Amino acid sequence: MEVTETTASQDLKVIVFQLKDEEYAIEVDYVQSIERMQTVTRIPKVSPYIIGVMNLRGIITPVIDLRKRFGIEEKKYDETTRILVLSKDNIELGLIVDSANDVIDIPAEKIEPTPEVVGSVEEEYLRGVIKLDRRLFTLLNLDKVLHDKQS
Amino acid sequence: MSNVEYLDVFIDESQEHLQLINNSLLELENQPNNLSLVSEVFRSAHTLKGMAATMGYEDLSHLTHTMENVLDAIRNEQLEPDDKVMDAVFGSVDDLEAMIEDIASGGDGKRDIEQAVQQLELALNGEVPEVPNQTANATSETEAMLEVGTVLDEGFDQFEMTVLTQSQEQGFTVYQLKIELDENTMLKAARVFMVFEILENMGEVIKSTPPVDQLEEENFDNEFVVTLLTKEPGTELEQSIRNVSEIDNVQMIEINVNELKAGLGQQESAATETAVLEKSVPTKKQPASSPDQKVEDSGSSDQQPKKSDINKTIRVNIERLDVLMNLFEELVIDRGRLEQISSELNNSELNETVERMSRISGDLQEIILNMRMMPVEQVFNRFPRMVRSLSKDLGKQINLTIHGAETELDRTIIDEIGDPLVHLLRNSIDHGIEKPEVRRNLGKSEEGQVELRAYHSGNNVFIEIEDDGAGINKDKVIQKALTNGVVTEEEIEKMSDQQIFSLLFASGFSTAEEVTDVSGRGVGLDVVRSTFESLGGIVEVDSELGKGSIFSIQLPLTLSIIDVMLVEVQTEKYAIPLSSIVETAIVNKEDVYSAHNQKVIDFRGKVVPLIFLQDTFDVQEAGQHDEYYSLVLVNKGEKMAGLVVDSLIGQHDIVLKSLGSYLTNVFAISGATILGDGQVALIVDTNALIK
Repeated sequence: MEVTETTASQDLKVIVFQLKDEEYAIEVDYVQSIERMQTVTRIPKVSPYIIGVMNLRGIITPVIDLRKRFGIEEKKYDETTRILVLSKDNIELGLIVDSANDVIDIPAEKIEPTPEVVGSVEEEYLRGVIKLDRRLFTLLNLDKVLHDKQS
Repeated sequence: MSNVEYLDVFIDESQEHLQLINNSLLELENQPNNLSLVSEVFRSAHTLKGMAATMGYEDLSHLTHTMENVLDAIRNEQLEPDDKVMDAVFGSVDDLEAMIEDIASGGDGKRDIEQAVQQLELALNGEVPEVPNQTANATSETEAMLEVGTVLDEGFDQFEMTVLTQSQEQGFTVYQLKIELDENTMLKAARVFMVFEILENMGEVIKSTPPVDQLEEENFDNEFVVTLLTKEPGTELEQSIRNVSEIDNVQMIEINVNELKAGLGQQESAATETAVLEKSVPTKKQPASSPDQKVEDSGSSDQQPKKSDINKTIRVNIERLDVLMNLFEELVIDRGRLEQISSELNNSELNETVERMSRISGDLQEIILNMRMMPVEQVFNRFPRMVRSLSKDLGKQINLTIHGAETELDRTIIDEIGDPLVHLLRNSIDHGIEKPEVRRNLGKSEEGQVELRAYHSGNNVFIEIEDDGAGINKDKVIQKALTNGVVTEEEIEKMSDQQIFSLLFASGFSTAEEVTDVSGRGVGLDVVRSTFESLGGIVEVDSELGKGSIFSIQLPLTLSIIDVMLVEVQTEKYAIPLSSIVETAIVNKEDVYSAHNQKVIDFRGKVVPLIFLQDTFDVQEAGQHDEYYSLVLVNKGEKMAGLVVDSLIGQHDIVLKSLGSYLTNVFAISGATILGDGQVALIVDTNALIK
């Protein structure tokens, strides 16, 4: 979190993205870039949600399909498909999402603990839900996603 | 601290000096009469002291100072460098190393040095009675000779007079120099240090006013006086000192000791004032009072040739080299792309230019890789010390010989191989070499031989550790492997001796009957193997019972740019490192046989199993099939296998990149590379495919 935001240090800047008909949020600090879908080289013998690696300006970056990860039915990649490139603790990872278009500020008090059942997404990957006006976002647990141990 | 910017230089140089001290001390142990070695150690120690004092590390400079006294006594043949003395000196070197390390890791370099100092002093005093009375006093006060005289500029006490007379008899000229620093000098101590370094290179400083430690603490105005014994001409001396920046003025006069002796001390002091302007007064007038000019080195003449063989080098931060390497890797990728475009366009001028560029970048690649090469000496030079203390601890006599320390390896590899090599060496010494009495009974010489070798061969560097110890007991290895469930009995039967010895590297293996402090601390040889393998290396072991064992490690020269064969499997491209390829071949499908459900071919009279990459890597069928197989024959040690691919694209230089930290333990893939068209190709780890 930025030092300059000390007065509103509880606020969170997030990127909002879409998976099927739900909206998810992820801290903008860790999002290195948002890319259009591009060629990904398949890696044999890894979990099915890891779809491969791509060349991101000279850096080999693994890419996972978030729909597959969360067990949501598959959908063909199209014009709106985006790869969110995350970078934290020396780990780089691309997440394929249906679309990503919003950056919003969320006051901390709007973050609520995850309700017992939130769709089909595994609970441990979620950090909370955000209710803002009429929209509902699910906040992703970044550490869990990045340190996901493949079987 | 104000001199943070010098810290890196300080640490680097201190480490170099310590290494030098270590090496010379070890040599000195073997040839205790070689006083020029002592002089070398002394010089390094002195420089270290000066630097430490300048940087404000008191403990460091104090300990070095005490050590210097001992060395000085040895140098002046007042002290015999016997075991006790050497142990004390080695002990303090350990302390010095610890302090430098502390400083390097951001500490303040403070350390309890009481014991080391005490030991040094004991060593020094232990021998004192043999020394003439005055000298004994001078040295035992833990004050260096230089600081004895507390009289005024020109006064010399009796001891100093003796030194002066003796050196004059040996053909040295005595100069007194008054050096004035610029008023605005920022780091006075540093300048003083530089001046002293010059002086000590040219001769021997026997006295300074104010004393050296005060000079180092900057407890003086802008000038100081030193007395120097030298065989160099005065003009040269003065010129060298004037070359130091921020030196305002140098005044020097030659001193005739006989006159001094004649009680003309007073006149002498007047002369200092008057004769100062004329430096050339009596430069070459050597008071050759003794006709037999014994050319006895006291550390001055043997320094001269050294200077010339120092290479011209600059220090470059390794990070910068890494950046250079990264940039070059980008270039290699673009080069690949250009080559591809030009071959598609087929324009002769473009082709020519691209070819030229490829050649130049090839040369560039060689230079950059060479820049990252360092001699394995970097790793090897800490071993003699380690072996020395280890053999003392274990009560064994060991002679370590090192060959090929100049062999070069990539810096990244050098950084990694230190610990596993230590482990192997310890293993050889602890488990290999027997105790002296056992060796004697076996008819071997009591001193065990351990040989460490490094040499180049092709694209690899080999490092071997050979000992003439007990060797590996095959039956014991088998037994242990069976009890630990590493192998089954059936497997053992099929194994060659070498394969059995290799079981030592299997997880959770230790044949030592008694667990010593040295090895067998739970970390087994399996860690050694995995470290080397992560560097693309191979470890092998061979042994003859009762005669000794030999561990050999094969390492790649460099890590980042490798030669590969690009192949296509259906629509996917893979890279196979050339280093593991034996050859490529095309075989008809009817030449493939089935044995035990395994497809094999007869390759030059050898049955080679086939591995279908399409199946192994679950590649999607794209309907490409020919009536023959394209094969890439790869090997792992003795074993061979044929990788079946759909087509061979060709040989390429590629940049090895990691798959990133998210993906760990991907089966049979060691990394990835970016091809000319920007696509990623995976690099096949053939070792994982051959079972």
